[in-house]
Amino acid sequence: MQLEGKKRIWAEYQKDIPDDHFFYVRSCIRQTFFAGSEQVFLKIMRDDLGKDVMEDPRHTTCTGIGYHGDVVPFETISTVVARHFALATEAGYKNIAISCVTSFGIYTEILETWKHFPDLLAKTRDNLFKATGREFDLPESIAHASDIIYKFRDELARKAKYQLYDITTGKPLKVVEHIGCHYAKMFPKHGIGGAEFPHVLVGMIESWGGEVIDYPERRHCCGFGFRQYLIQANRGYSISASRKKFESMEPYKPDMIVANCPGCAMFMDRWQYTIKEIDDVTYGGYKTGIPTLTYEEMAGLVMGYDPWEMGLQFHNVQALPLLRKMGIKADPDKRFLAKDGSRLPEPANLINS
Amino acid sequence: MEDLYARLMTDVRFEEGLNACMNCGVCTGICPAAEYYNYDPRRVVDLVQTRDNNIILELLKSETIWYCGQCMSCKTRCPRGNTPGLVIMALRKVSQELGYFTESEKGRQQFAIKRTVGENILKHGYCVVSYDVDPKSHPEQGPAWEHYYNHLEDSLARVGGELNGKEGPTRKISDDVLQELKNIFEVTGGQDLYDAIEEASELKAAEMNMEFKRAGRDFEYFRHVVTADNGNHQVENEDIRREEHAARR
Repeated sequence: MQLEGKKRIWAEYQKDIPDDHFFYVRSCIRQTFFAGSEQVFLKIMRDDLGKDVMEDPRHTTCTGIGYHGDVVPFETISTVVARHFALATEAGYKNIAISCVTSFGIYTEILETWKHFPDLLAKTRDNLFKATGREFDLPESIAHASDIIYKFRDELARKAKYQLYDITTGKPLKVVEHIGCHYAKMFPKHGIGGAEFPHVLVGMIESWGGEVIDYPERRHCCGFGFRQYLIQANRGYSISASRKKFESMEPYKPDMIVANCPGCAMFMDRWQYTIKEIDDVTYGGYKTGIPTLTYEEMAGLVMGYDPWEMGLQFHNVQALPLLRKMGIKADPDKRFLAKDGSRLPEPANLINS
Repeated sequence: MEDLYARLMTDVRFEEGLNACMNCGVCTGICPAAEYYNYDPRRVVDLVQTRDNNIILELLKSETIWYCGQCMSCKTRCPRGNTPGLVIMALRKVSQELGYFTESEKGRQQFAIKRTVGENILKHGYCVVSYDVDPKSHPEQGPAWEHYYNHLEDSLARVGGELNGKEGPTRKISDDVLQELKNIFEVTGGQDLYDAIEEASELKAAEMNMEFKRAGRDFEYFRHVVTADNGNHQVENEDIRREEHAARR
């Protein structure tokens, strides 16, 4: 194939990401389980990159877990999202930055639906006004927050304090990247690299010195499955999907897993603990797990943020082996501290602790 | 009988999700649910496109439509641009609106999703809230979560958050904002769907001779729907695959 042809094809998988002035919408799952990740995203954007990121405390859930749990109708979620657009409009922002991959999928689904069914957009405007008295402009852009870090990955690399390589061997760290299904499987053109070749995490990993592992089940779902996790009787579905991924990546000996979806990061950490409890099986070597990080945590480590102030200790699979390889000196005794600085009892049965 | 196919066609997701299906089965090949459950999205789509209302009625009462995990991997792969996952979402909505979801074990679980995620949305402004993920009900969340949950304020403070604060992660959503959400649910049919789920579930609990309460989660019917498993949902090869992998290790 001619290089020009490759460039033309690859161009279809690119995405315009704004340079500045973002309206940030948080994630129910990320702020519950990895609140430090959203905080470090904002610090990197504001303090390291000097960007303007607005958030409005009147922003709520998009209702996405309810929508994909099938108790919230499309008309309802469309109007809740329209309310978020109204808050952005009122604040003068046109670029939406979305923390959650489920929300990102929903925003794209709604905008695409309105494009093809303008009568539904008109109906949503009417519904929102009736319910709240608010009006909205359509955003000029929507980006998942990982898209934005991807855009500035080389600038961050120039400012980085650490790299994704093993300081004792000088070799790149081997990284499994996991893209949340709703990032690009539904609307590939809204994701960097589309659904086939998602580049959003690959770009970060390679810019920061790491090596990406290509393994057979790379694109398999983590298994959240909404109702399949929410209901206790269904959780075998969820753990089974993650286990299939772990078994597939294990021979490549990954140093870490990184995900852009808050749910995926949570499940791939939680299920490693559960599988160890049920079957006494781990996937990072003898009695060792594979640390699973959010992409914000990975970026934060590279930029030299304190791992414990990002909340890395709140993962079942502790990142201590990874920190040692990267040369990050973080005192394990300072992981679990109270507000007054006193030590809290360390949880038992953490992996890699 | 109501024309169920016509009712499905009023859902934009159904209209977008189903053009003529040529039964290639790629959706089933890629589907994580088909690996785990006795589930075949190709067959679901093929049954729906018969437009036979008796067949659609059976689907609405079936276990089958509740097996999909909505990863939407089928959307990427379908050569006709169809989305079986969207067809499933439309079927589930009608099944709940008409009360058929209580005819299946997996369908009855919708009551618990309404009482948890559904009520969190209107009560707290979030689908998930940390203080509602009790480690006793969620042992799979492990020791890290148990610690975080037991020291919620300290843990949040460590990462720059404040439980029920004015801004930032896990901030309190104010009453006037919650009222806006409630108004949206009233105007757009969200509350009607909640009511339909409640009404059919209460009737089913009476039919099954189980205790039912109109609020909360601590009663027999709720506990039943979140834990019941008749053992007929899973494919057999899941256990075989697991044993094979264990043997290889």
